[in-house]
Amino acid sequence: MTINSAEKPNTFKTLPDSNGHFGIYGGRYVAETLMPLILSVEKAYDEAQADPAFQAELDDYLTHYVGRPSPLYHARRLSDHLGGAKIYFKRDELNHTGAHKINNTMGQILLARRMGKERIIAETGAGQHGVATATVCALFGMKCIVYMGETDIARQAPNVFRMKLLGAEVVPVTSGSATLKDAMNEALRDWVSNVDDTYYIIGTAAGPHPYPEMVRNFQKIIGEEVRQQMMAAEGRLPDSLVACIGGGSNAIGLFYDFLDDEDVTIYAVEAAGKGIETGEHAASLSAGKPGVLHGNRTYLLQDEDGQITEAHSISAGLDYPGIGPEHSWLHDSGRVNYVPATDDEALEAFQLCTQLEGIIPALEPSHALAYVGKLAPTLPKDHLLVMNMCGRGDKDVFTVAEALGVTL
Amino acid sequence: MSRKQGRLKARFEYLAAEGRAGLVTFLTAGDPNREISSTIIKGLPGAGADIIELGMPFTDPMADGPAIQASSIRALDAGQDINATLAMVKSFREKDDDTPIVLMGYYNPIYIYGVERFSEDAANAGVDGLIIVDIPPEEDAELRVPANKAGIDLVRLTTPTSDEQRLPTLMGGASGFIYYVSIAGITGTKSAATSNVADAVTRIRKFSDLPIAVGFGIKTPEQAAEIARVADAAVVGSAIVQIIAENMGDDGRTKDSPDLRETVLKFVSELAQGVRTARS
Repeated sequence: MTINSAEKPNTFKTLPDSNGHFGIYGGRYVAETLMPLILSVEKAYDEAQADPAFQAELDDYLTHYVGRPSPLYHARRLSDHLGGAKIYFKRDELNHTGAHKINNTMGQILLARRMGKERIIAETGAGQHGVATATVCALFGMKCIVYMGETDIARQAPNVFRMKLLGAEVVPVTSGSATLKDAMNEALRDWVSNVDDTYYIIGTAAGPHPYPEMVRNFQKIIGEEVRQQMMAAEGRLPDSLVACIGGGSNAIGLFYDFLDDEDVTIYAVEAAGKGIETGEHAASLSAGKPGVLHGNRTYLLQDEDGQITEAHSISAGLDYPGIGPEHSWLHDSGRVNYVPATDDEALEAFQLCTQLEGIIPALEPSHALAYVGKLAPTLPKDHLLVMNMCGRGDKDVFTVAEALGVTL
Repeated sequence: MSRKQGRLKARFEYLAAEGRAGLVTFLTAGDPNREISSTIIKGLPGAGADIIELGMPFTDPMADGPAIQASSIRALDAGQDINATLAMVKSFREKDDDTPIVLMGYYNPIYIYGVERFSEDAANAGVDGLIIVDIPPEEDAELRVPANKAGIDLVRLTTPTSDEQRLPTLMGGASGFIYYVSIAGITGTKSAATSNVADAVTRIRKFSDLPIAVGFGIKTPEQAAEIARVADAAVVGSAIVQIIAENMGDDGRTKDSPDLRETVLKFVSELAQGVRTARS
């Protein structure tokens, strides 16, 4: 098994294989009770993909309900301030519900309806995926149960309330570190106990096959729009792409359309928490190793006995000890550069963006912004850089206030 | 290799000759700590356990309910790891070379230990079978091949969702016995109706001659006896583990360890009594 010596393929866009593998990563590592269900999700998804009516319905909702395409915005003042690359934001925080997550939940709820499921479950960290799931459940009148770690419930109170307003039941998860990983365990336990009527909307490009592929495909519209918008704005492709990465759905969404464009340099920014060297971080690729959790083989934070260790990030959405399997493969193949940004760097970038651009970013893309702050000054003024502004920061104002020592 | 071949096969043949089903008892290795856990396990055959299932604790036991989740945490907090679990098996084998031991767990710790090294070390310690919850047939060759080579059976799981299309896939490469998960759910929660279990056992027998053990939701000697009338073995886990939980003091230590051992073994003997008298 060659883990770190994947040969450079001719194309980066042929995976996964029929069993959901991206090289050695991915697969379907679930309890046998779920296998027939996972296989039926895959079959239903394949049929939906082949059905023009499914895509037409999704496109209609994306246009008129989500508000796509999201703008590609030239951030002039930030570009001037950093004194290098010409920085564009892909404004996915302007989607309905304030993040990229709804691109995926809209696709999956249409699939769940197609499968005749009536009850929807989801896990959430920052609450963005929970809100996006509760939203589409309200839209289609479906029962919605969202599993959320107690720690995250405390630090994402506005989103918890939004989910409840939308009619979802938010179930606090107290096991383990009471964050995203534990919420995912609990959602899987629910699913295995309710196989007949329940569909699990996984929020990131991870989990058992077909989820990593399906979530990527629902999110790749981000990159496809960027290609068109950048051609219209500049007459050429961007030189570099930057996105934050927890599970990796906004990142793969931005990157996927450009994977085979060799001249486009790609950066994914992991949450380095208090610093990689402190051990309190969520940087699975920088500091983890391959293992099996939550339905897939991928890089994980773990100890020498294969026990999963707790992640740390100021951003609830990045606070996860794993990463989507396609990212593990893109990491090993060298196509994408995975780099870290700490809590403090993200907080600083959060404030800078707010002050210079009048855009309050979520703490998740603030990690991407932090790396842009390091990268842009080293690049020439004609370098076109696109950063995915994947979520807005209203939900984070309490966390940021606390970190800055402000009492609200 | 000092390993005696085929303890599982021999035990099921013995049970068939006796005309009764077996009792499989589950405990998490190292719960509540290595020492107490080891003394309980050594007492299980005397209390009437026919097969010992030992859980390898994992931080993220996705198929387990609250009782076994808590037992995993107790064991991990007490420092249990794969080496310690294999050492417990080895120590057990010094006095008992007949009672089969099956390790149950999740794949990641084995993957990190290394599948080949794990298979050899487990076989040398005296392990007979593996039940790995999160590695379905589509993915299990990388573990099954080295495990079988070392003489260890990889026990396949079947569930209420395993229809006649799925069963052939599950039986291909199965050895040791078939574990029927009698409910669609997690451990220690709902219980299945005996008639449903009987139907499932009949369905599975169409595809396999291996013995069938039934688990999940069996909590009392009476329930164990009912299952023993329709299957080759009944597995009890959460109900045993719960006794350990109830005997933990507020400080996280056991209230009284000799007492805990006796309480657990007394319950096991009641279960054994249920299983042994089921068909008489």
